[in-house]
Amino acid sequence: MAYTFDWKLVLGGEYGGWIVQGLATTLKISALAIFCSLALGTLIAVLRLTRMRPLVWFSVAFTEFFRNTPLLVQIFFWYFGSYSVLPEVVNKWLYRQDFEFAAGVIALTVYTAAFIAEDIRSGIFAIPKTQIEASRATGLSFLQSMRFVILPQAFRIIIPPLISQFLNVVKNSSLVMTIGVMDLTYMTRQIESYTFHGFEAFTVATLIYLAISLVVSFTVNIYNKRVLKLIPY
Amino acid sequence: MGMIEIISLSKWFGDFQVLKDITDTVERGEVLVICGPSGSGKSTLIRCINRLEEYQQGKILIEGLDIHGRDVDVNELRTHIGIVFQQFNLYPHLTVLKNITLAPVKVKGVPKAGAERLALELLERVGIHDQARKYPAELSGGQQQRVAIARALAMKPKVMLFDEPTSALDPEMINEVLNVMKDLARDGMTMLCVTHEMGFAREVADRVIFMDGGIILEEAPPEEFFSKPKHERAQAFLREIL
Repeated sequence: MAYTFDWKLVLGGEYGGWIVQGLATTLKISALAIFCSLALGTLIAVLRLTRMRPLVWFSVAFTEFFRNTPLLVQIFFWYFGSYSVLPEVVNKWLYRQDFEFAAGVIALTVYTAAFIAEDIRSGIFAIPKTQIEASRATGLSFLQSMRFVILPQAFRIIIPPLISQFLNVVKNSSLVMTIGVMDLTYMTRQIESYTFHGFEAFTVATLIYLAISLVVSFTVNIYNKRVLKLIPY
Repeated sequence: MGMIEIISLSKWFGDFQVLKDITDTVERGEVLVICGPSGSGKSTLIRCINRLEEYQQGKILIEGLDIHGRDVDVNELRTHIGIVFQQFNLYPHLTVLKNITLAPVKVKGVPKAGAERLALELLERVGIHDQARKYPAELSGGQQQRVAIARALAMKPKVMLFDEPTSALDPEMINEVLNVMKDLARDGMTMLCVTHEMGFAREVADRVIFMDGGIILEEAPPEEFFSKPKHERAQAFLREIL
């Protein structure tokens, strides 16, 4: 018996609504993870450049641990294992929120931050040391020099690898369905099991992921060209 | 009490001793020119004064205070000592105005408006007030170096260090920078200048020291140094550059 395609089934009605819900969750979890991993990654990168040994060790350990273990394992770790390591207050708070969602954001953030930290570090190394010297010589502290002189220049250099990291977050976010976060992939599977129209459902999901990635990539590139081109150097 | 007292200063890079037991006193308002062949330790010496370089032996006192003293805050110390580098080292991502106001605003907490007023005054003084909104890459080398001088002056330092400020400039731009430095010298700024600009030294220096191999070989008022240098190395050096 030939398979009859039914695109309307997944594009409209109740199932279409599921896809929209899933998409909203995917966008939310990706945006949160991108924002948090950028902040955490910057912190980890800067810690490594301080002269304080424990901070440097922490930064190295963090990076090596989280980028060298599978993301899926980390997701399970935060979901099943975080209860025993996190403080009671944090656990209570997390359970009052959407715990699956929170575990997903934490896993994605920590994993991605490890990669972003390395990108930022390479960006910082690309800035001449004389920039630190010049700024420190006027009395700026190490952190001020990082904040106002080094990082703004470093970020500009690492925009291309950063885009890749952002795209990875969007795609990696599909793994959080394994702990029950109802993201785009989760919803698509759900449609498949209700309707057996997996081909249509997953085609739509694929195109949506592609569209998100292209939008992210274009937006950052335009920002890079339009805004940063104003500064000639 | 001198403005800057350098006492038996020694510094090594690994096994190589760059500074060998240097002692010297710079008085308030004095303009000191330090010259000598490359590798003689002259840049390293002035970079020790604002602690851009660490040293292993000896002491540096500024207005009687040991710069490595226990309660010295290195960031506070550096606000009193301006430095101008050979390669300008302006911040390429900030406008000229922001280059100058960054430290006053962030370090000293000067309100933005006041810092900008001061920056414009300083730009006027170094002759490029019309370039305030531009980025460093849009300026010539001479203009960039004048911005760098304005940036250092914005912290109202007690001492200015110049580390070969004209060595990276095209010949026609050297004078515009030297003129700014001469004005500063006449205004009574205490200045330590590593430079080979002998015209500048003759005109405004109170004293010239000649360094070679990490020691001060010769020290004299400019006229005496140029007309009858005592040391053979200094004579050879002057023959080369004059």
